[in-house]
Amino acid sequence: MAEATLSGSASAAKAATRQAVQNINAPLWRNAVFVAPYLFLFVTLLVVPLFWSIWLSLHKADAFGIGRFVGVDNYFRLFRDKIFIQSVGNTFYFVFLTVPALALIGLMLALALNRKTRSAAALRAVYFSSSVLSVTIVTLIWRIVFIGNFGLPATIYGWFGATAPAFLSDPKLTMIGIAIATVWWCIGLPMMLFLSALQQVPQEIYEAAALDNASRWRTLWHITLPSIRRTFVLVIIIEIVLQFQLFGQARLMTQGGPNNVSKPIVLYIYEAAFTKWDLGLGAAASEILFILIMLAAMAQYFISRRRGEEG
Amino acid sequence: MSSTSSGIVGRSTGDRIILILVIVLALIMMAPIAWVIALSLKDNKELMTDMNSVFHAPYTINNYINILATSSVFRWILNSLIVSGGLTVMTLILSSLAGYGFARLNFPFRNALFIIVLLGLAVPEQAVLIARHQLFSWLKFHNTYHGLILPGLAAPFGVFLMTQYFRAIPKELDEAALLDNASRFKIFWKVLLPLTIPAQATLGIFTFLSSWNDYFWPLISGTKKEMYTLTIGIASTQTNFAQSEGLGFLMSQAVFAGAPILILYLFFQKYIVTAVSGAAVR
Repeated sequence: MAEATLSGSASAAKAATRQAVQNINAPLWRNAVFVAPYLFLFVTLLVVPLFWSIWLSLHKADAFGIGRFVGVDNYFRLFRDKIFIQSVGNTFYFVFLTVPALALIGLMLALALNRKTRSAAALRAVYFSSSVLSVTIVTLIWRIVFIGNFGLPATIYGWFGATAPAFLSDPKLTMIGIAIATVWWCIGLPMMLFLSALQQVPQEIYEAAALDNASRWRTLWHITLPSIRRTFVLVIIIEIVLQFQLFGQARLMTQGGPNNVSKPIVLYIYEAAFTKWDLGLGAAASEILFILIMLAAMAQYFISRRRGEEG
Repeated sequence: MSSTSSGIVGRSTGDRIILILVIVLALIMMAPIAWVIALSLKDNKELMTDMNSVFHAPYTINNYINILATSSVFRWILNSLIVSGGLTVMTLILSSLAGYGFARLNFPFRNALFIIVLLGLAVPEQAVLIARHQLFSWLKFHNTYHGLILPGLAAPFGVFLMTQYFRAIPKELDEAALLDNASRFKIFWKVLLPLTIPAQATLGIFTFLSSWNDYFWPLISGTKKEMYTLTIGIASTQTNFAQSEGLGFLMSQAVFAGAPILILYLFFQKYIVTAVSGAAVR
């Protein structure tokens, strides 16, 4: 009798374990309890606002509420608005100024600092350090550097009796000034991405090249650069997505001026929605930005997936 | 043998030139920061008459003393600590739970839900800001701490990172614990969570840093001066400083605001670099 209970309970325990293992693999609603808190926030704060914004962009809406359905009228208003078209152009110009510079300088720094010495480590730390600062501090530094008669360039030019270019007030130079500050701020990330790619190039290839007495330039040109080609494309796309969202630097350094020459799309959205309270127009502009960024993000997805298949 | 040694010699001369070049470039890069620090140590009146006085003595720490006495910087630092700290802790909790759920437990529509969350990675903040702002207006969440914290919790990056990390842990660990009749929460808490500490560090640092430096949501949500985060507060002092009489004071505020992050960076450099680069590639 006692024996039977014992063996019975043992087999019951075994069955329970099996049950538990099965339970954990079966699709049960109560298993969703771990993901539920996040999913609730994800839906209410991301999914719903995403569709709400699209819906808003099709309505006349202001700070007091959502008015009547106007179809694609907000989009038409945008394309007729010279300042919006200009802001799209400004954004592309800014991306064109910053992205190649970030990729090339980042690559050169990575090539120069890809070594195991302490000085290289210290220099990597220096080049990355500006990336941890907030946009406010970066722009504070660069506004004072670029300031009219007594900024840093003005002081240095003054030593040679020359006049420094007025980076933040000359309409031709404004975007370049913002781009310089941005490259200074953001150079750490491309450098680090290239460094981690360089460290993944198999050492044997270099040894084989050394045996062939390949020169330094030939090794760089025929071995190093081809093996980090994908990273190069990836860096370009990541930076396009990031720099497309230019906002703080333009708002803080120039307020988009003079004459809107440095107004990017995001600043246009901000002003339409939060200073003029034309929410429908702002939402429409943000959908346009979304489409542009989506195109770049899709390219990133396909490239990183292809890289994953190979590696 | 001879070719190897000449290779090393050739390398080191070329290397030396490159090293000097990157050192010079690093110095140029640091020059604006040094200049701002020097400005912050100058008397405001002296700067008004002669900006070149920044290159020579006398220097003073009066601007920093004035910060302690008059500025709102402390309130803003406190706000930033509450917002960034709260967001970081909550993100770690939510992402760990969800990451474990997606990686280890099966529930209806799990894969579809995970793919939808991943698609959320591609949504830029600007595409949801206006609707979020409206939602928070109706809920009366603006100018509150939870209003500043909540939007960051919806970001999918943490869930993505933690799911990947949990998936990489061998399943035998859970099954062994399951045989000991441990509950799922116990397995999560006692067995798996301690193994994810490196990922927690990466995610925590990335979340804290990006929240600390965030300039958009706090700008439109925390619009009262006493609800400014440090990033917004410092920005609010910068208007029109060409005519400002307190240039040195302004610069000392910038140094004061930037220094804590730079000091943290000195100590946690490796983690910060990993976190930022990891988040970019995802």
